[in-house]
Amino acid sequence: MIEYLLEPFAYEYMVKAIWVSALVGGVCAFLSCYMILKGWSLMGDALAHSIVPGVAFAYLLALPYAIGAFFAGILAAGGMAFVKQKTKLREDAVIGLVFTTFFAIGLVLVSINPMAVNIQAIILGNILAISDQDVQQVIIISLVVLSVLLLKWKDFLAVFFDEGHARSIGLPTSFLKIVFFTLLSAATVAALQTVGACLVIAMVVTPGATAYLLTDRFGVMVWIAITIGTLSSALGAYLSYFLNTNPGGFIVLIETALFLSAFLFAPKYGLISQKRAVNKHREAL
Amino acid sequence: MSQAFIHLENVGVVYPNGHHALEGVTADLSPGTICGLVGVNGAGKSTLFKSIMGFITPTSGKVEITGLPVKQALKKNMVSYVPQTEEVDWNFPVLVEDVVMMGRYGYMNFLRRPSQADKKAVDEALQRVGMQDYRKRQIGELSGGQKKRVFVARALAQGGKIILLDEPFTGVDIKTEDSLIALFRILAEEGRLMLVSTHNLGSVPGFCDTVMMVNKTLLAYGPVETTFTQDNLAAAFGGMLRHHQLMGDELHDDPDARGVTVLTDDERPLVLYGEQGGQKIVRTKETAGEGIGRHD
Repeated sequence: MIEYLLEPFAYEYMVKAIWVSALVGGVCAFLSCYMILKGWSLMGDALAHSIVPGVAFAYLLALPYAIGAFFAGILAAGGMAFVKQKTKLREDAVIGLVFTTFFAIGLVLVSINPMAVNIQAIILGNILAISDQDVQQVIIISLVVLSVLLLKWKDFLAVFFDEGHARSIGLPTSFLKIVFFTLLSAATVAALQTVGACLVIAMVVTPGATAYLLTDRFGVMVWIAITIGTLSSALGAYLSYFLNTNPGGFIVLIETALFLSAFLFAPKYGLISQKRAVNKHREAL
Repeated sequence: MSQAFIHLENVGVVYPNGHHALEGVTADLSPGTICGLVGVNGAGKSTLFKSIMGFITPTSGKVEITGLPVKQALKKNMVSYVPQTEEVDWNFPVLVEDVVMMGRYGYMNFLRRPSQADKKAVDEALQRVGMQDYRKRQIGELSGGQKKRVFVARALAQGGKIILLDEPFTGVDIKTEDSLIALFRILAEEGRLMLVSTHNLGSVPGFCDTVMMVNKTLLAYGPVETTFTQDNLAAAFGGMLRHHQLMGDELHDDPDARGVTVLTDDERPLVLYGEQGGQKIVRTKETAGEGIGRHD
């Protein structure tokens, strides 16, 4: 039995998949805490889809894919900001418009210029077949994002909670916001390899949403989210070996399962305890 | 000149879309006072706030805080800001003490690790506003007045001598308003400058020392007694106010020419009494709320 459970660890590609997923999952979970509080979930999704043409271009020019993805992300974010400023369109329309355009460019690029990279690997992720070079990129990105967040998480919180105050204490608010979105794009690029463009959004939303139901303190929320993100990503990659499934899908389903349990059983904000509180209140009356 | 806490010199703001938000605002605000900033929505109240906070750089003129440019003054934690209740996301997972601690960030090192001094400042600030028993509450669980107090505590913890309050009385009841005003008075008497934007006209004479009336420009600035007049109010608010006037012949049987004017925008009304052109403010602070329920 134990031998059977340890089987995945005998394969180098599985070990790699597990710990790379865990690393990316943790980083994305950290970001997710800010994303859900600011209502930027859709923006994260948009970013993930927008970087597809960048990845395609990078492969075309034989550059590291992270560079292409990164520039596409910046271009898309700039495009969204520009259209929003110049028109009266609502934000969701602008986001929808820009990211689908970028995604379409990516699809067209890949189909007129068949290349070594499989577009499916970008859209669905393929952590089991990740190359050493890509692993290197993912590690560098993750570590940089993680260290900036660990050093500056309180500053980001101050800016996102009350920008006026943050400015009044001399924080460079615009700069910090740019840094945050840069980190987000970078993490999205890393997550692309693990779960693919379609499911990146879950990585930068679900752990934070789950943690939000479990605590009233941001610092605690971050740790809960990171724990959830890391463990469910590692577990998802591990279990996918036995079930022969796409690891990305499995990771997201585990995160969702954790969210559902928090949704039901969270001590203060869970459905059950809230119902109990209402009943208690009724009885008291 | 550097004695002025806030020195505004010909401040003008034109937004990139060509909108002239403010023009030619010149004023010197002194410490130890509460200054009311009144005007209709879009009159430039928040633009003026943003200029003082360094959010926007005036397109003309300059803002100085104790003789320093705004950026430097902010670095020294001189200016604190108490946002409007609607501006704050009360669902944020932060406790009362976390919010107040944010007032200390400017004093902390790169990692924002609170020192003993920071913790002490937070304790003291919470004591000052009477919120020490609520320090472990999530901010969304507080009442309207308590929410305001938390942010005032943050301003106190920050230690700035200038506190900007944006519409502090919106959504709080009269009793809470009075207790907040009492708190503001004490804070001003300790040598701070409290700049309060409000559209609640009736409370202005009750707690402000000076008043700035804005409508695209500074219409009038000075002590409440001489500045907060019907003419200036009419200029500041145009037809935006409910206006009830009962002149002498309607009020009295004798030849007494004194009349009553009531101005309100649905908050606490401003009542003026006297002969036309020379009407004086009737202080409404003490009598507010008393009329209700008196049918004897």
